Amino acid sequence: MMNAFAKAAIVGVGELKPTRTTNGATTLGMIAEVVKRAVEDAGLEKDAIDGLLVGPQVGETPQHVPATVAEYLGLQPKMSNVVDLGGASGAGMVWRAAAAIAAGMCEAVVCVLANTREAEAPRSPNRNPIREFDVPFGASGANIPYAMLMQRHMAEFGSTPRQFAQIAAWARHNAQHNPDAIFYGKPATVDDVLASPFVTSPLHLFEIVMPVAGGEAVVVTSAQRARTLRHRPVHLLGAGEKITHRALSQAPSLTTGPLKPSMMQAFSQAGVKADDMHLLSLYDCYTVMTAITLEDAGLCRPGQFGRWVEEHSLGFDGDRPLNTHGGQLGFGQPDLAGGMTHIVEAVRQLRHTAGARQIANANLALVTGNGATMSEATALILGGA
Amino acid sequence: MYELLKDLRVPGPIPTAITRPFWTGVQENRFQLQFCNCCEKWVFYPRALCPHCWSDRLSWREASGIGRIKTFTVVHKPGHPAWTPMAPYALALIELKEGPTMLSLLVGVDPDQVMVGMPVKLHMTRVGELILPCFEPDRVPTGESHE
Ligand SMILES: [Zn+2]
Repeated sequence: MMNAFAKAAIVGVGELKPTRTTNGATTLGMIAEVVKRAVEDAGLEKDAIDGLLVGPQVGETPQHVPATVAEYLGLQPKMSNVVDLGGASGAGMVWRAAAAIAAGMCEAVVCVLANTREAEAPRSPNRNPIREFDVPFGASGANIPYAMLMQRHMAEFGSTPRQFAQIAAWARHNAQHNPDAIFYGKPATVDDVLASPFVTSPLHLFEIVMPVAGGEAVVVTSAQRARTLRHRPVHLLGAGEKITHRALSQAPSLTTGPLKPSMMQAFSQAGVKADDMHLLSLYDCYTVMTAITLEDAGLCRPGQFGRWVEEHSLGFDGDRPLNTHGGQLGFGQPDLAGGMTHIVEAVRQLRHTAGARQIANANLALVTGNGATMSEATALILGGA
Repeated sequence: MYELLKDLRVPGPIPTAITRPFWTGVQENRFQLQFCNCCEKWVFYPRALCPHCWSDRLSWREASGIGRIKTFTVVHKPGHPAWTPMAPYALALIELKEGPTMLSLLVGVDPDQVMVGMPVKLHMTRVGELILPCFEPDRVPTGESHE
């Protein structure tokens, strides 16, 4: 089945090397730098960019974000928007860019997420329901709801801490093949993961994403124009999205999430199945997120991720390459761009430019994005030419 | 534990006009949830419209304060530093008898003894300057007051 999205391709990628903190860097400056890299990588001139998708600027300009970014970069896009799907923002942008191109709104869209990370970040009160109904009980931050997901999985399916820890150990393993990864030179075994302190049980420190400063950008254009550019185009073959809740107390399920229908839609559009993927580039803010995504993708039965992980080798040279850049657990999570690192890695693998960690004959990748706590989900199927 | 909680200086709720009856009730030892007069489902957290049928015919009704633990976590390193003196403490998602799920603090139980599926009941607890609707294991037969 032919679909509108098959007519779009990712032709450029840009990335900033993650750092633990920034010292006076501005979000706009980082956005500009990473956009420049992506557009240069595409081999396009600045003026060819007529679409702009950006993330919310946490702690900075709350309104007029696209105009602020366009002005800073000297762009005058024909289409622009903020895309705020938490960790699913990157994947959500690629799909929206393809749709805008298919609709004739514009021809070349730059999608960008970047942020600073100052050592002393201000804490500001707000009035959303989580602030009112979770925080007063001592439930601040993302660790707590993810720990609750993990606890539920263990109670319902008998999954073990060791099985979850394997996912973190593989992420560290893969990070050893990526010099840009925050944990490059710092492998961790399953025992190391289990020996790391509980942050909020059953979550150990090494099972939790490392927040970093950094940024990613990609350029999406029509498949037709992509053929004239310098790189092997990476086509968007299918996409799916679903948003279900914000606070974990309101989640429809604790053991399956909106990624399931998103991935099913993406597979169906692309005419492929999970087993066909050469690369799994799965959002991994916590080990439990990867575990549930493997199950929701249909790679194993519900509750059975542990055995699947034990039966497979998840390195770039393994039978089931998973997050070859190290994932968020090994590479680091640059703000909302955490989800976009998975896209950039998939593009590199499908272009066959992943260097020392290149998967042999990579031609199909599943990329997922996940926002809040299994709340906002986007899945992409990317294919080489 | 209760003495420690009483002395905590932690961020409290920031009520809105719609949610204020819930918090005012709690301060007066009443546990009220919204009830939709149209589809007859209970609603938590409080909203302007019923999320099930979009009716605005929501009323406040006294709820049982009985529930079951859907999942939980034991917090060792709190997200907000003001909670550090309490760590480790147990938080749970509680499926209330009326249907909705809420997050709450578990009191009167060793965090190591908490289990998914455990029956719990409301225990209004002073946390800093406020009373919060916390929960404790429901060991007594239902219907019997714990006081
Ligand atoms: Zn209703």
